[in-house]
Amino acid sequence: MSAPPAQDNSNEASAGTARSPIPALLVLEDGRSFRGTSFGATGETFGEAVFSTAMTGYQETLTDPSYHRQVLIATAPHIGNTGWNEQDNESRRIWVAGYVVRDPSRMHSSWRASGSLDDELRRQGIVGIADLDTRALTRHIRENGAMRVGLSTIETDPQKLLARVLETQPMLGADLVADVTVASKQIIAAVGTKRFTVAAIDLGIKDMTPTRLAQRGIEVHVLPAASTLDDVTAVSPDGVFFSNGPGDPAAAGRAVDLLTEILDAGLPYFGICFGNQIFGRALGFDTYKLKYGHRGINQPVMDLARGTVEITAQNHGFAVDAPLGQPVTTRWGTARVSHVCLNDDVVEGLELRNASGRLTAFAVQYHPEAAAGPHDADYLFDRFIDVMAGKDA
Amino acid sequence: MPRRTDISSIMVIGSGPIVIGQACEFDYSGTQACRVLREEGFRVILVNSNPATIMTDPEYADATYVEPIRPEYLEQIIATERPDALLATLGGQTALNAAMTLFKSGVLERYGVELIGASVDAIEKAENRLEFNQIVTSLKVPGADAGVARSRICQVMDEVLAAAGILGYPIVVRPSFTMGGLGSGIAYNQEELIRIAGAGLSASPVTEVLIEESIIGWKEFELEVMRDGSDNVVIVCSIENLDPMGVHTGDSITVAPAMTLTDREYQAMRDVAIAVTRAVGVETGGCNVQFALNPVDGRLIVVEMNPRVSRSSALASKATGFPIAKIAAKVAVGYTLDEILNDITGETPASFEPSLDYVVVKCPRFAFEKFPTADSTLTTHMKSVGEAMAIGRSFTEALGKALRSLEDPAALFDFTRPIIESVDELLRRIARPHDHRLALIMQALRAGATSAQVVEATRIDPWFVDQLQLIRETADQVCSAPELTGGLMRLSKRHGLSDDQIADLRNLSPDVVRGLRWAFGIRPVYKTVDTCAAEFAARTPYHYSSYDEETEVEPRARPAVIILGSGPNRIGQGIEFDYSCVHAAMALRDAGYETVMVNCNPETVSTDYDTTDRLYFEPLTLEDVLEVVHAELAAGPVAGVLVQLGGQTPLKLAQALKDRGVHIVGTSPEAIHLAEDRGEFGALLSAAGLLSPQHGTAVSAGQALAVAHTIGYPVLVRPSYVLGGRGMEIVYDDASLVSYIQRATEIDPSHPVLVDRFLDDAIEIDIDALFDGTELYIGGVMEHIEEAGIHSGDSACTLPPITLGTETIDQIRSSTEIIAKRIGVKGLINIQYALLGDVLYVLEANPRSSRTVPFVSKATGTPLAKAAARISLGAMIAELRSEGMLRSGGDGATALASAPIAVKEAVLPFNRFRSPEGVGVDPLLGPEMRSTGEVMGLDAAFGPAFAKSQAASFSALPTTGTVFVSVANRDKRHAIFPIKRLADLGFRILATEGTAQVLRRHDVAVTVLRKASQGPGPNGELTVVQAIAAGEIDLVVNTPHGHSLHGSPRQDGWEIRGAAIRAGVPCVTTTQALAACVQGVESLRQGTPGVRSLQSWNAAIQADLP
Repeated sequence: MSAPPAQDNSNEASAGTARSPIPALLVLEDGRSFRGTSFGATGETFGEAVFSTAMTGYQETLTDPSYHRQVLIATAPHIGNTGWNEQDNESRRIWVAGYVVRDPSRMHSSWRASGSLDDELRRQGIVGIADLDTRALTRHIRENGAMRVGLSTIETDPQKLLARVLETQPMLGADLVADVTVASKQIIAAVGTKRFTVAAIDLGIKDMTPTRLAQRGIEVHVLPAASTLDDVTAVSPDGVFFSNGPGDPAAAGRAVDLLTEILDAGLPYFGICFGNQIFGRALGFDTYKLKYGHRGINQPVMDLARGTVEITAQNHGFAVDAPLGQPVTTRWGTARVSHVCLNDDVVEGLELRNASGRLTAFAVQYHPEAAAGPHDADYLFDRFIDVMAGKDA
Repeated sequence: MPRRTDISSIMVIGSGPIVIGQACEFDYSGTQACRVLREEGFRVILVNSNPATIMTDPEYADATYVEPIRPEYLEQIIATERPDALLATLGGQTALNAAMTLFKSGVLERYGVELIGASVDAIEKAENRLEFNQIVTSLKVPGADAGVARSRICQVMDEVLAAAGILGYPIVVRPSFTMGGLGSGIAYNQEELIRIAGAGLSASPVTEVLIEESIIGWKEFELEVMRDGSDNVVIVCSIENLDPMGVHTGDSITVAPAMTLTDREYQAMRDVAIAVTRAVGVETGGCNVQFALNPVDGRLIVVEMNPRVSRSSALASKATGFPIAKIAAKVAVGYTLDEILNDITGETPASFEPSLDYVVVKCPRFAFEKFPTADSTLTTHMKSVGEAMAIGRSFTEALGKALRSLEDPAALFDFTRPIIESVDELLRRIARPHDHRLALIMQALRAGATSAQVVEATRIDPWFVDQLQLIRETADQVCSAPELTGGLMRLSKRHGLSDDQIADLRNLSPDVVRGLRWAFGIRPVYKTVDTCAAEFAARTPYHYSSYDEETEVEPRARPAVIILGSGPNRIGQGIEFDYSCVHAAMALRDAGYETVMVNCNPETVSTDYDTTDRLYFEPLTLEDVLEVVHAELAAGPVAGVLVQLGGQTPLKLAQALKDRGVHIVGTSPEAIHLAEDRGEFGALLSAAGLLSPQHGTAVSAGQALAVAHTIGYPVLVRPSYVLGGRGMEIVYDDASLVSYIQRATEIDPSHPVLVDRFLDDAIEIDIDALFDGTELYIGGVMEHIEEAGIHSGDSACTLPPITLGTETIDQIRSSTEIIAKRIGVKGLINIQYALLGDVLYVLEANPRSSRTVPFVSKATGTPLAKAAARISLGAMIAELRSEGMLRSGGDGATALASAPIAVKEAVLPFNRFRSPEGVGVDPLLGPEMRSTGEVMGLDAAFGPAFAKSQAASFSALPTTGTVFVSVANRDKRHAIFPIKRLADLGFRILATEGTAQVLRRHDVAVTVLRKASQGPGPNGELTVVQAIAAGEIDLVVNTPHGHSLHGSPRQDGWEIRGAAIRAGVPCVTTTQALAACVQGVESLRQGTPGVRSLQSWNAAIQADLP
């Protein structure tokens, strides 16, 4: 057995004396500041400070477009241990606006790694900060809510950085979909025999979603967020999918309008995360910003129909305000909350049944495609197939 | 689903005595389970033979049976109590096996008892290797290709070689149908394979070997799984072993959460673990699944699964704050995970997966120093006796804390010792997994070995090796910096260096380093284990230290008592001390104090966040304890620190803590010193007119000889300040004495060797007593069954004493009172006496909780440790009598007709160890303690109580069959009567020539057996060793014949006793024990003794009190 090649490179790095750390500063919009050292690229960055409690999957998380404009705090102290590889990206680039970790790894150990996290952050110009009390920071956000933050390796005066933090746009009301969506249609071929065609509206889609659909014989047409109903019907879809994505759903009126037209057209619908919030708004529910959101891969969700619990990957700062246990009549049929987070009763899924009680459209607030996260909710992709096949689901 | 209503009473089986591989983690799990089940309104019937457990405290069950965990006793209990259900998944393999036996014999069906937790089918599937492998290979898990180790069955050498060609070297050879791994081995090349497989083929009765690919050196992981009746499954914790495959998990350094997995690999493992759990059919409860992962290509192999709560479950519970046993008990009675609240957040459900924002490191604690001839190579056979866990915000911080928690100087990183070995030599030595390997790896790195070389030699993951490099570099910086700056100090603390290590590197005293550190304002903060990485607020103050920025210790108003626990289990200091600490916590909480526990042993009840108001999971070193005291003083008033209940670990810290201004409650450090210091204690005794064996101290061989010549041989020699008789020996002549002094380490004027006259043939007596400054309360008087010279921890004893007269008891009482008063005890004191003829000698006094406190408490129904804690904080015995904590009249020495005879028996780990040559270690008892655990036998009479104690300690007495006798000349007189009695009872008697001659003179029909040294006879007559191995002997009576040059027993006796241990035949090594045996045998011949619950015994005692 030979040691993985990556290890030899990093040994050279670790054999020398540790590089002299560059100081870095983190300032929250309420004035609390933390000092640490530079990690990844140097420079200055701003965004909404949020924390994720996932202990694995930093590569998937960093490349998740839903984290656009957010400065991510990893609660897991050791980050970078398995380096960076060619297989685990969830999109074409790293989206987080900044990265806050406690102990970045000096080297990496994984037979799949092709490089280090630190190098990748530098290559993509992502500013990070390390060696600070991430738990204290996390607790602060838990108690005071997600808020704007600035990271800098240039500015050493917290007051000056704070002034710049306060100039940035807050997440509430932010329409960020245009930043992350594909420029033009992309087709992901079905694996094996093609059974269905799905039009997937890219509001910030993760690669694993079309992969999971394709694995089930679905040809996925990923469409830009600005697509019209005509663009959608042009691919003759058996069903329509709205993806996850960044920003405030209340600012995504266009997507809500499109989904309304799709439901009017009677097309089967499945949505994930942002796609759930858009669905909620289309059904007439409101959405609201959570104090500090749900971000992690250990969130318990109850499937109210089956009465079972699934452990889910979540990444949402907004949620749908819909009544639990009270079906609501819409012009398409009866809508109800299908899934709920057991930690705090936040709506985690919605479903729509037609007059004959058949499921026609549904969405979940969490991530059945996982990546990172557990695969417990994988069955939802099968449910989408059943809906498209006209089966009772 | 809510709680089941169709069952109302549940029997819980514990795990029996502490043995290697099965320790107090099952007391922790069982205690949790009993507590939960009672809260849920079930009638709980508990069976456990181990009195030193919290679970066997009468308040944890409705009926507590301290009886042997054997079918004949369990059936009686079932017949008496008629439980509706049996929960056997919380008592380790012992309970699981017992349940399977009861199922197979039809007892469960006969009494209509339902097995809950895991079904018989699931247990069988998980335990049957072939069936389990089939389950794993037939799993359909999308995206996760998990299998089992590849293998081929071969009948001839050509097939073997062909198989090796496919599977590659190294290769494991397992002959079919041989016992105990006979003929198996690992071949690294063709030459070895031909040799091993050749031997294997001939060893196999069917000429067949299994050729299996070796997964030694692969990465090893374990997932803790919890499943409920609605098929909700969660992974509680992932654990990564630093030591790769090939070392038993219990002997490995383990880390939680896994450090070197990407999400893809982790989720694949998670999917497989869940699929395995479902396929095996563990329906309600916890289990664990072990994985091996090839670091080259990620191939995943399922190694095994345990369909029950395990050692790892206890570790995972402490590591995550998710109480596995408690939740397992709840789901076993019908709840689903979403219906169970997470205690720690108090608002979120248990149907989630804990997320950690810290790193947990567990290190095993070994006891090879107790078994000098044993091979210290770590294999798949567990050898450690305990473990310490530490939590830090980084791996390096946690590792440093875990290593110093072990209280084993050889386990610590030594950054200053000059390295004399070459890199090659060090690399060669670290390739062998052994007890102090990590410290040696650090030496290799210091010597200049590269990370790659260390990875190559050890197969430890490069990430971990780099972390060791990081520690080394940090130490280098500390060493070479022109000045010890605040920044450097902080850096070194963040990477786990202790004040002592920094002091060593800077050539300063630890106090100076500490003072400097404090002057820099560098102190640890205390974070909280909250199950959720701070996503929700925690309401349980379960803390760990870290050199981070923000502390989470909340202010409080009530005065706190800080209880120092006993650290990792080791021989001589185990669960008994944890028991006392837990009791102290209970009593002090009831008395209105805020209780604060400091301990680092993940197996224990004391480190359950439910036990005390606050828990600090911290090493028990001066540095770490001072910081906890500092943090608690900042939080509110502190009444003091309680050191006398956790054994030697906290006691050793007492004086140093006091010197630094910490208030020690109870017996003062000076009083402790007075009892420990031979000279001062000797003076105390003479002043009080009490006798002790003549003694002296020596710091050289010459001095030792002079002392020995004055007082006469045999003498007992030992180092000062010991627990568990470390390094204690009885020597009979000058040569062995000189040899002892030469072998003894750490002898200097402040640590002299103690030389005592050894009282041959004396009866040893142990007492545990309470003293409040004015009144003495004897907890119990125990009479040892073996004579003085056998360590009290290894000796069987009875309470009440069965041969002592009233005058002796009175004399013991008055002597104890004088000693307690003169020492200045406030709390517990343990005194060992020897009675030779009618003369009472004081052997030693320990002003602290002793190993026997739980036994005495349980046998007399009096909570001595609780009382001691109260007395330490100022309560008087009279007050405790009126509260009902202590007996209102008389005390534990008062004879009561209704009280049971309690027999304590020790359990020894000899069968776990082999020398490097594969020879067993000598199972002889001596002044050095070697037992890992104990059991209690309770009955109205001595015979059955003794028989129960033997049955519970794995050496059940025979009622018929063959007895082999070989006794030393000095013992022959005492052996005649009991052997003759056995012969009268129908036993066939075999003996060696000398013993046979004496027996014949007493009209005992006896057959002479050949000694091992004589070899088999000309007509194939077996030697005694062969006869034992062949199962022809049911009881061995062998007392040591004198001694050899180095004070070790003669070869023949060694071989006889070794054979008995290997064959599982009861082996009696003293004539006193032989007499007890005969009484036990006689009682067993009347039928299995009856069973009776502690509650029933206690009610009888209460009614009988004066």
